[in-house]
Amino acid sequence: MAIVRLRGQLEKLAGGEPELPVEAGTVGELLQQLEREHSGLEGWILDERGVLRRHINVFVNGEPAEPETELQGSDKIEILPAISGG
Amino acid sequence: MTELLVGTRKGLFVLDGEPGSRFEISLRAFVGDPVDYAMRDPRSGRVFAAVTSPFWGPRIWFTDELRGDWQPARGVALPKGGSEALKRIWVIVAGEDEGRLYAGGDPGVLFESRDDGETWALNRALWEHPTRPRWRRDSGGLSVHSIAPWPGDPQRLALAISAAGVWLTDDGGETWSHGNEGIVADYLPEEARATAIDLCVHHLERAPRRPERLFLQFHGGVYRSDDAGRSWSDIGAGLPHDFGFPLVVDPADPDSAYVVPVTTADRVTDGRVVVWETRDAGATWIARNRGLPQDDAYLSVLRQAFAASGEGTSLELYFGATSGEIFGSADAADSWFGVAQRLPAIASVRPA
Repeated sequence: MAIVRLRGQLEKLAGGEPELPVEAGTVGELLQQLEREHSGLEGWILDERGVLRRHINVFVNGEPAEPETELQGSDKIEILPAISGG
Repeated sequence: MTELLVGTRKGLFVLDGEPGSRFEISLRAFVGDPVDYAMRDPRSGRVFAAVTSPFWGPRIWFTDELRGDWQPARGVALPKGGSEALKRIWVIVAGEDEGRLYAGGDPGVLFESRDDGETWALNRALWEHPTRPRWRRDSGGLSVHSIAPWPGDPQRLALAISAAGVWLTDDGGETWSHGNEGIVADYLPEEARATAIDLCVHHLERAPRRPERLFLQFHGGVYRSDDAGRSWSDIGAGLPHDFGFPLVVDPADPDSAYVVPVTTADRVTDGRVVVWETRDAGATWIARNRGLPQDDAYLSVLRQAFAASGEGTSLELYFGATSGEIFGSADAADSWFGVAQRLPAIASVRPA
């Protein structure tokens, strides 16, 4: 089971749990499952179309990942706001 | 003491002050995020902010205590699994019956709350309206930016959508009809104007003491309706420019309206900042510029950045610019004073 690490607002919305175990085959499935299990997160990471929000980055074991990225049982997932400004 | 809720490109600013003198910044919230609109519901005292986080998307937040915690409202979203996502909330308005509020947003959507803004539901009749494929985005998006309840009658509502014209309901939003007759879109070919839906209304306001009367600032033209928004007459003659974004009325006077004309070419004031006032329903306009910059002033005043509090002789007016200045009047536009300057680009100004 992959472990999702959340920080800041997302951690608060997930009930204060900084790490959540989630069973999923890909990053995209994981994000959907995360919203199903923690309704407070609904709409924060994926928009209504199910698309990953533009300025959110997902990392798997420290490497940038896409929704199609496949997951292994012990992967560590981080969901972070991208670098942006201006 | 007057409190202003100021939505800016970089967060919410709360300003307090005595009308006539510079206001103090008493609070900041949502620091760094675009706050497109903020208002206080006069019935409950609850404060709402429409925040478009570049990371987490658009959301309505509310608090019962400005210095306390903010909560995200639920249900401010489009149907899941569709082809569109909510882009922005443009306006939040208190309704006419207990607990009811409305919010308008992009892409051309209306939300309704019946529990003082904690949960919201999409108005399906407008979302699924058969003419929607003919609605057009303007440079600001496809926005429900003006919502005008009918005092005392929660079934009646007028909306303005840029660019899809005026929409009216008299059954609480179950059905919607156009209110576009008489509006001339000179940016369209002459042959297309009569049947055009993509009408770029910039702002709409109702005269609360005579609710069948509405005023609107169009993308070229200022209009008045005396039949609840079904038909419109151009009242822009006498203004230096017929282009502009915000429009404000004095609630006590159904013949009153205020606009801030800007040039069509660059959408800023023409070097002088002048608020124009009518007190005869648009027959004549009077320049109100005492205390406003009259040299080298090229301001952009957005559609939600002009608002009034009070009425009649105690009418206060406030407007902000994308250059970060706010001006106010404590005497119904007879004279103006500087409220604040050097704020981030101002999207909305609302007295609390």
